[in-house]
Amino acid sequence: MHLVDNVLLNIVLMTLIKFAGFVLAFVMGVATVLTWAERKYSAVLQNRIGPNRANVGNVRAGGLLHMLADPIKMLTKEDFAPNTPNPILFRLAPLLAFVPALLVFAVVPFGPGDNFQVSNTSLGILFIFAIGSLNVYGSVIGAWASNNKWSLMGGLRISAQMISYEVAIGLSLCGIFMIYGSLDLQDIARRQGELLLGFIPAWGIVLQPVAFVLYLACAIAENKRAPFDVAEAESELTAGYWTEYSAMGFAMFALAEFVEVVLIGTVGTTLFLGGWTIPGLHGDAWWIVVLEIGAFIFKTLFLVWLQMTIRWTLPRFRYDQIMRLGWRILLPVALLNLLVTGIVLTFIERA
Amino acid sequence: MTMTASQKLTQIRAELRTEEAEIVQDKMIINMGPSHPATHGTVKFVLTLDGETVDDVDITIGYLHRGFEKMAEAGTWQQVLPYTDRLNYVSPLINNVGYVGAVEKLWGVEITPRAKYIRMLISELSRMTDHLTSIAAGALELGGFTPFLYGVEAREALFPLVEELTGARLTTSYTRIGGLAKDLPDGYEAHMETALAHVDQLMVKVDKLLTKNRIFYDRMMHTGVLSQEDAISSGCTGVMLRCTGVDWDLRKHQPYLAYNELDFDVIVGSRGDNYDRYLCRLEELGQSIKMIRQIFKQMPGGPINVGDWRVCLPPKDAVYNSIEGMIAHFKLVTEGHQVPPGETYFAVEGGNGEVGFHIVSQGNGRPYRVKVRPPCFYAMGILKKLIVGHMLADIVPTFDTLNMIGGEVDR
Repeated sequence: MHLVDNVLLNIVLMTLIKFAGFVLAFVMGVATVLTWAERKYSAVLQNRIGPNRANVGNVRAGGLLHMLADPIKMLTKEDFAPNTPNPILFRLAPLLAFVPALLVFAVVPFGPGDNFQVSNTSLGILFIFAIGSLNVYGSVIGAWASNNKWSLMGGLRISAQMISYEVAIGLSLCGIFMIYGSLDLQDIARRQGELLLGFIPAWGIVLQPVAFVLYLACAIAENKRAPFDVAEAESELTAGYWTEYSAMGFAMFALAEFVEVVLIGTVGTTLFLGGWTIPGLHGDAWWIVVLEIGAFIFKTLFLVWLQMTIRWTLPRFRYDQIMRLGWRILLPVALLNLLVTGIVLTFIERA
Repeated sequence: MTMTASQKLTQIRAELRTEEAEIVQDKMIINMGPSHPATHGTVKFVLTLDGETVDDVDITIGYLHRGFEKMAEAGTWQQVLPYTDRLNYVSPLINNVGYVGAVEKLWGVEITPRAKYIRMLISELSRMTDHLTSIAAGALELGGFTPFLYGVEAREALFPLVEELTGARLTTSYTRIGGLAKDLPDGYEAHMETALAHVDQLMVKVDKLLTKNRIFYDRMMHTGVLSQEDAISSGCTGVMLRCTGVDWDLRKHQPYLAYNELDFDVIVGSRGDNYDRYLCRLEELGQSIKMIRQIFKQMPGGPINVGDWRVCLPPKDAVYNSIEGMIAHFKLVTEGHQVPPGETYFAVEGGNGEVGFHIVSQGNGRPYRVKVRPPCFYAMGILKKLIVGHMLADIVPTFDTLNMIGGEVDR
C-alpha cells in the first residue's frame, strides 16, 4: 500500500512538475515573447519601429517590457460583457479556447526520454487531434454567446473552416505514421534521428515533403491566422468571433492563438523536422541532451518564424475560397500523398 | 378516421417543406457602417444577407455632409478655395486646381505657362497620393498589412513635398485665381527626384507582394465587375470608367492646362473588375511619375501669376510703395474678384475621375452657386449593382477600388 501510494504520488508530482516546466514555463514563455516578437518582426518587415514605449525608469529594452505592460493593461481594463442570454457561456468560451491549446503539449517530447515529455502515451498524435479539435468550441461558443451578428458570422465561418481542415490535416499526417509505424511522438522523433543512405537525415520533411506543406497550411487554417483568418477578418466582420471580448477574455483568445503558433511549431518539429534529434549525434551524455533540447527549441522557433512571415506577407482568402482549397485541393492531395506513400512502402517491403 | 402510413408521411413532408421554406426566407439584416473598418470615410450599408451572399443592400451616404456648396456662397471667390481642400482629402491639390480653373474659365483669364506646368505638377503629385491610398487601403482590407504600410510609406515620401510647396500636408489651398500662392522652392526638383525614386522602389515591392499573389488575384479577379454600359450610363469617370475599356481621360481628350504638351498613355482595362481597377491605378502611378519628370524637364520660366492686378494680388512691393498697388490689393481682398456674370462648367481629371465645378456668378465678387461634380458620387450610384449577388467579403475590395472619399461624395 505504501509503495503504491508512493508510486502514484511520484507520478502525479512528476507530471505536475513537468507540466509546469515545459508547458507553463516554456510554452507560455514563448507565447508571451511572441506577443512582442510578432509586433517587432512585423515592424521590421514593414519599415516601422514597432513597440518601444513601455519603460521602467527610462529602460525600454527594445520594447520587451510590452510583454509585461500588456497583461497589466488587460487585467485592469473593464471586462465588458454584452447583454447576452448566455453570460456563462460567454465567460467560459475563452477558457475553452485556451485550455485545450495548452493541454495538447502534454504529449509533445521536448527532449529525449520520458523526462522531457509530460505524458508518454503511445497514442500521442491522436491525443493532439482529440484535444486540439476541442479548440473550435471555444471560438464557436464565444461567437454564439456574444449575441452579435458579426460574431455569429465569424462563428459560422470558423466552425466550417476548422472542421474542414481537421480532415485534411489528419490525412496529411497519416503518411508519417505509415513510414515510422508509430503514433507515439517520442518514437517518431527517435526514428527521425536515423540517417538515410548514410547522410540524409530521415526527417519527415525529407520523406513526406508534400505532407509537410499540407500540414503547415492546414495547421495555420486550424489556428485561423492569416491568410486563413476569415473568422476575424477585421475589414469584413469588424473582429469576427471575438468582437465583443475585451480585457482578459480577449487576451485569452489572443494568447490561445499564440500558444497554438508554438504548438504548430512543436508538433511540426516533432513530426517533420526530426524532433529533438540532431543528425549524426547520439548518446546519453548530458551535453548531448542539452544540445538536443536546444535543437528542438531552435527548430520550433524556426517554424514559428515561418508562420509569422506567412502571416505578414499574404492577404486573406475569401470564405468560399478557403473551403474550396480545403476540400478540392488539400484533401485530394493528402489522399494522393497517402496512396503514393502506401504504394512505395509496399514495394520497399516486398523488395 | 385514421390516416394511413403513407398519408401521414406526406403530411409530415409537407410540414417539413413549409418549415424549410420559412428557414430559407429567414435572412439576416445587418448594418455595415457607418463606423465599420471597411467604410473608411463614413457610409452605411444595410445588408440583407442570405448566408454569406448579399441579397440586397441599401447604401446610405451623407454622413460627412458639411454643406460645402452652401458655405461657398458666403465667401468671396478666393475664400472658397480652402473649402475645396476638404473635398477629396486624399488629393486636395487637384480640387484646388479644378476650382480656380473654373473661375478662370468663366472670367476668361489665361494663366502663365509656368503656372500651368506647376499646376500639372501638383495634380500629378496628388494623383499619386490618391492612387497610393486606394492601392494601400485595398491591400489592408484584404488582410495584407505589409503592402498597406509600404503604400503609406510611399505616400509619406510625397507628403513632405506637398508640405514643402504649400506649407501643409492636407489643407494646401495652394492655387490662386490667376496663378499660384508661391513659386517652387529651391531644390524642389532634387527633392522630388529622391521621393519618386523611393516611391518607385516601394511600388515594386507592393507589385511583387500583390499583383501575382494567387490569393490577392482570386479576391480581385472577376469580383465587382462593372459593365461598360453601366459605367457610362451611371456617369462613372476615371478609373471606374477606364477599367471597363472606355478610353476616356480628360487630360487626353479634353486637354486642360498644358497636358497636350506631355507624352503619356491612358491606361485602359478590359474586364471592369477589381483587379483591372487595381492594375489601372498601379499603371497610372507609373505614368504620373513619368509625367512629373517630363514636367520638370519642360518647365518654362517666367512669372507664376498673371500681371493683371484685378485678377492676382499685386506684389507686396507694389502694395506697400504705390497707391495703385495698395488700392488693387484692398479692392481684391475686401470686394473679391469681380468675375463677370454668367455660368460655366470646368472639370479636371481627379484621382477618382472627373472633378467638375459648375459655378454661377452674378458679378458681385462672390459665387452665386458652386456645384461640385464629385466622381465618387456617380460611382456610388452603381455600387449596389456590383455588390448584390456576391459575397459579403467581396464588398470590401469592390468598395475599396471604387475609392469612395466621404468628403467628396457628401460635400
